[in-house]
Amino acid sequence: MTTVSWITARGLLGRRRFLLLFPLPVLLVGLAVLSRAAGVASTEWGLPVVHGLGLGVVLPVTALIVGTAVLGSEIDDGTLLHILTKPLPRWQIVLPKLLVAAGVTALTVALPLYVAGVLVESVRFGLGLAAAGAVGALAYSAFFLALSLLTRRPVLLGLVYVLIWEGLLNNIVSGTRVLSVQHYVVTLTDRIAPTALLDGSVSLPVAIVMSAVFTVGFTLLAIRRLGTFSVAGETS
Amino acid sequence: MSNVELAGVSRWYGNVVAVNDVSMSLGAGVTGLLGPNGAGKTTVLHMMAGFLAPSKGTVSLDGEPTWGNPEVYRRLGLVTERESVYDFLSAYEFALASARLHRLPDPEAAARRAIELVELTEAQDRRIGTYSKGMRQRARVAAALVHDPQVLLLDEPFNGMDPRQRLHMMELLHSLGAQGRTILFSSHILEEVEQVSGTVQVIVSGRLAASGDFRTIRRLMTNRPHVFAVQSSDDRRLAVELIGQPSVNGVDVTRDGLTVRAGDYGSFTRALPKIALASGIRVRRLLPSDESLESVFSYLVEA
Repeated sequence: MTTVSWITARGLLGRRRFLLLFPLPVLLVGLAVLSRAAGVASTEWGLPVVHGLGLGVVLPVTALIVGTAVLGSEIDDGTLLHILTKPLPRWQIVLPKLLVAAGVTALTVALPLYVAGVLVESVRFGLGLAAAGAVGALAYSAFFLALSLLTRRPVLLGLVYVLIWEGLLNNIVSGTRVLSVQHYVVTLTDRIAPTALLDGSVSLPVAIVMSAVFTVGFTLLAIRRLGTFSVAGETS
Repeated sequence: MSNVELAGVSRWYGNVVAVNDVSMSLGAGVTGLLGPNGAGKTTVLHMMAGFLAPSKGTVSLDGEPTWGNPEVYRRLGLVTERESVYDFLSAYEFALASARLHRLPDPEAAARRAIELVELTEAQDRRIGTYSKGMRQRARVAAALVHDPQVLLLDEPFNGMDPRQRLHMMELLHSLGAQGRTILFSSHILEEVEQVSGTVQVIVSGRLAASGDFRTIRRLMTNRPHVFAVQSSDDRRLAVELIGQPSVNGVDVTRDGLTVRAGDYGSFTRALPKIALASGIRVRRLLPSDESLESVFSYLVEA
């Protein structure tokens, strides 16, 4: 583990903001357990719980909280300067932070998605959801981490992307799904564990290529932005 | 020995000019960057530290540009004014992390040495979140010194320190400067700069107002005309007595008392009680009316 990852992980797990990560996964598992225990057919509740809540809210919101915290909160409180005043190529700062963000998001989301998938259909479906969720965690994290460097309001813009772009526009204008991480995750899950519940609305090559483009593109953008990171004089 | 050079440096934000055509060269020893709040000190420091691109001109460390060049941090340490520290780390962990990020051959020893240098050894294993303001500042200085940099930039390093910590920090800066390092610290307090550095760069409204030996600049500052507001039991009689004094350049009689323009601060303030006593006049109020640092600095700009 690099020193940057170590500081990032300690900063992330040591802040109260980290507690925000838990209610949503608990809600996801709780709803799945309740529905299953109540004996309702999984065709009735599987789609809203897994797709609507799990992939539509839990995954992106967790990635948003973590992805904007690993760099954004250090920019806000000024602690990032301690890392920036070191003779490190900027990719050695961005990559460890991205890996911590994606790792923490994937760990937080994969387990509840797996449990929900098992309760809805099968172990394979659960594994498919967890694996595709991890890919989504990486793409989302790269995007939200880059947003921390591109704007002063990364959380707000991230929410606009999750709620307006993915939550609303994707349902109205199907073409927008090409730029939706959520739909890449759906397609990947459907490919790993084909099911009648989920229907991949983008093709598999689009899902794979665009996930890679999101991850690599926004990571490169973040590295570039960090290389020209400016600090305005506060008292001058 | 390392040199920091600013050549014709300006920095503006939209229509606002924060730093205007500043040129300076910093060599070994301690230099104070003096100026009132809002003068542009932090902007100058951030440009020197490579955190801000100059809008015009060049900022270099030993001939290499500081902007967009992380390699300069091998020779440069920065202590910002903002108190931000990783609260969840102890001072030792913080210094150790800095040493590791610098890829030092023996990070543990470097961290211990830096902690000792700022006298934080006793509290080194406590979380920084539990420290006083002065201790946090020292923890940040330790992290900035861990790689033994040739150049150390400090933005208002004495803020929040108690007198003992302040004295210790001053001694530390002195000894670092005496070892041939280039130390620059900013301050808006004249006395701080006087105690630490012989060389001073005075910056006012984004411009370099004075540069060089502190004593010369100090003389310029103290020998300027001073304005006092005086109220007494008999203003007119006091005015007559005062105008005969060589240290007094002029007296205005106003509704609220006297406005006295003195050529020399020390002579006037020593003479006034004697005159009042001899004339049997009771002085009710004596107020230097232009003693704000800003007025001292603006006088320097005009001088």
